[in-house]
Amino acid sequence: MIFLQLFITFFQIGLFGFGGGYGMLSLIQGEVVHHWGWMSTAEFTDIVAVSQMTPGPIGINSATYCGYTAVHNAGMGETAALLGSCVSTFALVLPSLILMILISKLFIKYMKHPTVQSVFAGLRPAVVGLLAAATLLLCTKENFSTPKEDAWQFWISVFLFIATFVGTKVFKINPIKLILMAGFAGLLLLY
Amino acid sequence: MFKLFSTFFKIGMFTLGGGYAMIPIIEAEVVDKHKWVTKEEFLDLIAIAQSCPGVFAANISIFIGYRLKKIPGAIITCLGTCLPSFLIILLIAMFFHRFQDNPVVASIFRGIRPAVVALIAVPTFNLAKSAGITWATCWIPIGGALAIWLMGVSPILIILLAAIGGYIYGALIKPTE
Repeated sequence: MIFLQLFITFFQIGLFGFGGGYGMLSLIQGEVVHHWGWMSTAEFTDIVAVSQMTPGPIGINSATYCGYTAVHNAGMGETAALLGSCVSTFALVLPSLILMILISKLFIKYMKHPTVQSVFAGLRPAVVGLLAAATLLLCTKENFSTPKEDAWQFWISVFLFIATFVGTKVFKINPIKLILMAGFAGLLLLY
Repeated sequence: MFKLFSTFFKIGMFTLGGGYAMIPIIEAEVVDKHKWVTKEEFLDLIAIAQSCPGVFAANISIFIGYRLKKIPGAIITCLGTCLPSFLIILLIAMFFHRFQDNPVVASIFRGIRPAVVALIAVPTFNLAKSAGITWATCWIPIGGALAIWLMGVSPILIILLAAIGGYIYGALIKPTE
């Protein structure tokens, strides 16, 4: 049953996931964390971290990992989890495969049509909103702790957030380098 | 056919930083080295692949595979792009589940999580800039984000509304130039 749910969920995400991997994150999170409860926000954030650090598109990386984790968390064994990651990765790219072949075959001349262009023009600002939502949804106490619960971890987290933001936005430091540095800071300060 | 697979496998294997970081690498392989498509065609395909839903790198690889070898080509290039990701993540997933509760690993990830949130926040602003968001249009992303965040509205609904909104705006008020 979970495999069918995974298939439908990731097929939907592949079909409506505008704006590339990052735009997809709020869709993936909405489904796997909030709708199905397959994993916690912290687990999802870890998956995003690993997906950013490893080669390949973030969308595919996180779909593979989410499929694995969802089945694993449901209490099934490693073989089942492997099947889960197969199903979710396949389901994610299937809409792409169908759509891109259809477009290549039939619609490539319509892609510059004013009606199609105005639909895309409407989507563009909404995708920005999707990305903003992905950020806001991850600002939870699981990821940052709270001043009440653990003030030390909370302020360290806020500092790491600001430092990483400024590091990429202003100083254009490589994101993978920043993740490694944040991990090192965690080891030193939050152990 | 094998060349198609191995080229996209290589692209999937050695590119860090997600879809958009792959563009120059795909271009070097597909346009400069193998001359499968011309530079102009490639730019057109990128524009379409970017506006369509789905993983960008998969979209562009399917386009090129289809152009060269029809449906079998599309399946081969798509597989080539996805397989390295799939295998690497699978290895990590199997490995990581054994160490997840280790206190050292847990503390490292406590540091990484806020950084990851920041790394998602940055492209939001970059995308806002390239999407040409102005004071007149900023209510769309802000409203959408708040609806998803505070009211639990499905992102899919926001996407559908935006597409319909774009269509109505283009058809009735002002055609897109």
